[in-house]
Amino acid sequence: MLREITLGQYYPAGSILHRLDPRVKLIGTFLFIISMFMFETLPGYVFAAAFLAAVIYLSGVPFSFMVKGLKAVVILMLITVVFDIFLTPGEPLFSFYGITATKEGVELSVKMVIRLSFLILGSSVMTLTTTPNELTDGLEKLLSFLRIFKVPVHEIAMMMSIALTFIPILTEEADRIMKAQMARGADFENGGLIKRVKALVPVMVPLFVSAFRRAGELALAMEARCYRGGSGRTRMKPLVYKRRDRLAYVILLAYLVIAVIIA
Amino acid sequence: MGIIETKKLIFEYIRRDRDGEPEGVTKALDNVDLSVEQGDFIAVLGHNGSGKSTLARHINAILYPTEGTVFVDGMDTADNAHIWDIRRTAGMVFQNPDNQIIGTVVEEDVGFGPENMGVPSKEIWERVEESLKAVGMYKYRKRSPSKLSGGQKQRVAIAGVVAMHPKCIVLDEPTAMLDPRGRREVIRAVRALNDVEGITVILITHYMEEVIYANKVFVMDKGKIVMQGSPREIFSRVEELKQIRLSVPQATELAWELKKAGLKLPDGILNEEELVKALSGIYR
Repeated sequence: MLREITLGQYYPAGSILHRLDPRVKLIGTFLFIISMFMFETLPGYVFAAAFLAAVIYLSGVPFSFMVKGLKAVVILMLITVVFDIFLTPGEPLFSFYGITATKEGVELSVKMVIRLSFLILGSSVMTLTTTPNELTDGLEKLLSFLRIFKVPVHEIAMMMSIALTFIPILTEEADRIMKAQMARGADFENGGLIKRVKALVPVMVPLFVSAFRRAGELALAMEARCYRGGSGRTRMKPLVYKRRDRLAYVILLAYLVIAVIIA
Repeated sequence: MGIIETKKLIFEYIRRDRDGEPEGVTKALDNVDLSVEQGDFIAVLGHNGSGKSTLARHINAILYPTEGTVFVDGMDTADNAHIWDIRRTAGMVFQNPDNQIIGTVVEEDVGFGPENMGVPSKEIWERVEESLKAVGMYKYRKRSPSKLSGGQKQRVAIAGVVAMHPKCIVLDEPTAMLDPRGRREVIRAVRALNDVEGITVILITHYMEEVIYANKVFVMDKGKIVMQGSPREIFSRVEELKQIRLSVPQATELAWELKKAGLKLPDGILNEEELVKALSGIYR
């Protein structure tokens, strides 16, 4: 039952977007998010929608996959909408058990829904076209300037990618421990929430013990392979900007300029 | 001087009880003198707790001697200045394949060692390719290690060490967690490295069948080297091996029993073929 957990939501399709340098995609997503907060009027939203549609088309990922990401935030959106409609001061529209909805509130809530869904769709495009490892690599390179402030950027990135490697191993282990406990009469499926959480304690304890043991062994194996932190290390797959990456930056810049003009 | 030399090597650790109070001192290694020549295939045999893994970890400068010295290619492992040179000269493969794989793709994992050594990118790719080919895992280079079998993972781990171009590889019970098929794959890969690439191999194991390919065997018990010699010499001393709770390969054991029962068989028969030959020689 634990096997269904997948990390990230990479969708292998081999499109131009998949082949882009992860740094371009990270910066692009960041700029797109900023632009969403600059737009206040309809032309802005239409422009952003057109840009997003073009990017989604280029990514080769079916639109239904994108929508999956939206489903996760439906509740959050509903809450935002309710608060915006009823709590924004302005011209009253109708009353409801003593609370008043306003025209300005409805406008704001529509804007928020558009913004939120564009944000989610935009970042889904990134996570669907970039492997978790590429993302870590991109972040490491982008944030490497923080090294001046003694932030261990390489080490953090290394921890992230090791965590990614160990997720399948640890889920498998959790599965095995659960089966072993079930064979001895443990019950994970019946009872209330508290009872079910309590039943997980005998799974978590051995899982943690084994995770620590694995971590120790892995550290030993890494040291045995001459790992000594980020300095003096070369990369097997160094991130190098290619022509398509430069082109993508130009397009992003153009998008940003037009966005500023419209807004 | 050989590639690996230990002189009067002693390693002690303090046993502690449940509250962390010292209980006493255990000598995990007791006056070990070992000499390995470049190109050798050495096997170290021993029961659990015989000190064989402790010995392995001294060769890679993971543990340091309490007394005595360890030289790897002329470098003293107690000298911190040489630690990274020692680790790239004597690579180490561990028991559990899951706990030594770092990359999410096979080729990335093999490239991890060279990356750490600061090898230029282009050369890393060459090294990854040749070492994956050397262990017969090249066609899996784009796969995720978590989707491989135990024997395949262990071969990837070996390739990861080979890519660092070591002179010597220490394998600490590399087959202990594998099924018979995985064991055969790994041993075949290790033998090829020794034969074809001329890499010195130190194989630590408690499987007798894996020892017969070695050109020298060391048997350890209670931190001491109690026997050394060619596999044939070692396996002709069945009685002594049994005393330190080591079993011998089936064919060797059968030959030994038959000999005790009065058949005129030679000493130290290693496998079925030799036994069949010897038996048919008697009854011709």
